[in-house]
Amino acid sequence: MKHKLRITHYALLLSFFLFLLSSCTPQPKTLTIMTHDSFAISENVITQFETENNIDVIFLQGGDTGSMLNKAILSKSAPLADVLFGVDNTFLSRALEEDIFESYQSPMLNEISPEFILDETYRALPVDYGDVCINYDKKYFAENNLSVPVSFEDLLKSEYKNLLVVQSPATSSTGLAFMLATRAYFGDDFLEFWKQLKANEVVVVDGWETAYYTNFSASSGQGSQPMVVSYASSPVAEVVFAAEPLTESPTASLVANGMCFRQIEFVGILKNGSNRDVAEKFVDFMLSKTFQEDMPLNMFVYPVNQTAQLPDVFLQHTQIIENPSTLSYEEISANRDVWIEAWVEVMR
Amino acid sequence: MMNKQVAINSKNIPVNIRLFLWLPAFIFLLVFFFYPLTKILNLTFDFSTLTNENNLRITLQALLFTFYQATLSTILTFALGIPSAILFSKFDFRGKSLLRALTAVPFMLPTVVVAAAFNSLLGSRGLFSFLFPLSSAPSPIFYFLLILLAHVFYNTTIVIRIVGNALSRLDPKLEASARVLGANTFNVWQKIIFPLLRPALLASALLVFMFNFTSFGVILLLGGSTFSTLEVEIYIRALQLPNLNLAAMLSIIQLFFTLIFSILYTKTINHVNTQTNPQFSQPQKPKTFKQKIFVFTLYALLITFFVLPLLSLPIRSLTRLEADRAQRDEVQYGFTTDYYEELFINRRNSLFYVPPIQATINSLTYASITVLFSLALGYPVAIALAKPTAIEKFLDPLLLLPLGSSAVMLGLGFIISFGRFISSPIFVPIAHTLIALPFVIRTLQPAIKSIPERLRQAASTLGASPLKVWQTIDFPILSRATLTAATFAFTISLGEFGATLLINRPEYPTIPIAIQRFLSQPGGLNYGQAMAMATLLMILTTASILLIEFDETSRRFRENI
Repeated sequence: MKHKLRITHYALLLSFFLFLLSSCTPQPKTLTIMTHDSFAISENVITQFETENNIDVIFLQGGDTGSMLNKAILSKSAPLADVLFGVDNTFLSRALEEDIFESYQSPMLNEISPEFILDETYRALPVDYGDVCINYDKKYFAENNLSVPVSFEDLLKSEYKNLLVVQSPATSSTGLAFMLATRAYFGDDFLEFWKQLKANEVVVVDGWETAYYTNFSASSGQGSQPMVVSYASSPVAEVVFAAEPLTESPTASLVANGMCFRQIEFVGILKNGSNRDVAEKFVDFMLSKTFQEDMPLNMFVYPVNQTAQLPDVFLQHTQIIENPSTLSYEEISANRDVWIEAWVEVMR
Repeated sequence: MMNKQVAINSKNIPVNIRLFLWLPAFIFLLVFFFYPLTKILNLTFDFSTLTNENNLRITLQALLFTFYQATLSTILTFALGIPSAILFSKFDFRGKSLLRALTAVPFMLPTVVVAAAFNSLLGSRGLFSFLFPLSSAPSPIFYFLLILLAHVFYNTTIVIRIVGNALSRLDPKLEASARVLGANTFNVWQKIIFPLLRPALLASALLVFMFNFTSFGVILLLGGSTFSTLEVEIYIRALQLPNLNLAAMLSIIQLFFTLIFSILYTKTINHVNTQTNPQFSQPQKPKTFKQKIFVFTLYALLITFFVLPLLSLPIRSLTRLEADRAQRDEVQYGFTTDYYEELFINRRNSLFYVPPIQATINSLTYASITVLFSLALGYPVAIALAKPTAIEKFLDPLLLLPLGSSAVMLGLGFIISFGRFISSPIFVPIAHTLIALPFVIRTLQPAIKSIPERLRQAASTLGASPLKVWQTIDFPILSRATLTAATFAFTISLGEFGATLLINRPEYPTIPIAIQRFLSQPGGLNYGQAMAMATLLMILTTASILLIEFDETSRRFRENI
């Protein structure tokens, strides 16, 4: 008797749970966008797109760039989303080889600087770019009368012993970009450089958060290394997100002699998705001036649309990157895993 | 016979009812654990992996390191856990409940928060920086020690709870009689206490070992690129350097070992349950000089080790570093509530800005649904397991498997199994339930088992209706166990991070996700807000655990009267 009573309870609970499951599935008139964790957008900008196209936009975040892309590849026969944003040039050819995107030659492409259009089949269209550079703690260098390093070779000098923290390219996209910068600069000898950097006590951590907030001396985490691999836009973010208003950023980037690596992020329409026409509109929208001008303060990246203006705080605090390193995306994809494995072996 | 008294209302449950008791949990695990996991492993595992020399080298390296660090961590956890278990079960002192609760808090906190806490204490400008002035790069040994320390920080509470409870259930008369017969302290421990404690020691060792074995966040966050366990290697091979074949092989190895630990654990923990004596020994105030020294030293140690790192988070969340760095000589601190106020301001007008109150509501909602799910699924299984049949004994360890399977592979399994459905927010509490369910069952089962059947029968014979029997006998015992189980599920869900990140709807972040989001951009304000959110999470978790503690204390108090 008692047990029968309990069983009805469970049946009720189970049906409640099934009801929840069914009530929470997406409604038909939606467009789903899969992005990495760093994606952000202003509310009024997306609302404008939603009302103009009479559609609900759902965002899914699938981890960092690598995780997101691998999830998209695994699910390519029944994609989780209609549009994928955030594949960068270090992962581009993997996305293209796995053939997850449909080609779309957006009319907005004629407003985009041609240097960013890497994929001539128009499956992956450029949306933004940013540079991965070493950031340094201005105050530390001033107080210790240290000159700022101006080349990779400088980093091997004894006065910079134990002053740099980097991320492992096996677990971090900034770490990967920085390793690629050294590969572009030194060619096949780049591992030799890393051996010497290891001898000069470079600190290696898993990801950007640990490097920046645990090890870097100029962040609020107050670590012990005054140099960290981060973005050229991070000094701007330090001003924007300062606890007290700042006139000058506490950090700056080392931008000389190919020490920065240029990352370009792409958007593509996923194969086997629904809503191809709205998906096209969303891609156009991401390339439009409205979205491109909204990006810098949300994601701290730079627009590829030539008509887009940078916000004032960027104009005041951003540094010009003289000649960023690049490698062709084909070369990166052909060697990525081999380089990372070799790097891990050297730094172990 | 004492043992007969502790036995059981459920031997007489007919088979078809038993089937019903298992059915909900069984279906749940089948759909949300075994099916997705089998599907992904089936898709990715390839026997050719076994012949690739490089893969085998990576596997062996990861496996050896995993065993090595798990063994050392378990030994260190015991070194702190056993004296603490004695402290909490044998002695009474001021602030005992609070201290005991605080040792349990780390277990429920996400790694990001624990790493931040450790850093603000042990980091180069942390509270203890004067103890370890790091002039040059710390050697890998330093990071390795940090990993071990973090594991101790997480898992000591398991030893305190399992061994401490067993200790306080030892009949004090045994020790007293031995002493009367002339045994010294060593004899008493060797001949009486240790043999009686052995199942509890083994069970807690196995559980601690299993958690260390599958350690992920701690290794990744504190170990740099130098160390990788099986779980870290699975993550790297599945998502970063795509080699899904290798990831699948590593997951199978990890699952295999988890299964062995689970089988051993379920075998030993059942002995812990049966050897207990319903009579609790009374904790006493330290009397002799030796006892006072013991209590004081351990008290100070536990405060330093558990309370200071936890306290450093709220301190950092209220501290401002002087803004104008160009004019600053030393790091200067000031008091500020800015970070808390800033939590309520959407400066970037961002779509994904979620007010902390909303993130808190999201977290609490997910946690409540997790409690509901895991109690609904766990209760019937716990009833069946109170007096298990042979088949159920065989099924029992399977319930623990989700604790030791790779979250990354399971996540990929979810994606290929459920497709677009996984954008539904309901998958968050489902994932949390997978983790909480083993804890819930493990908490409820001994309580259900401990209900004396004789009392029930007596009550029935005297004419009490089944409802009355349940109300007067089952309910008082079960309500406390249910509260404990619910709190477990609740706090596990609050602090869970990895599975939530699997596929997350940025509009509905939980508190740990919000913390992560703040920490992913530079700027003092972001860091301060992350600390403020971490403080909020810590307060919620501590409050939940205190609820059990005080309830337990008051219950013992009543029992002792």
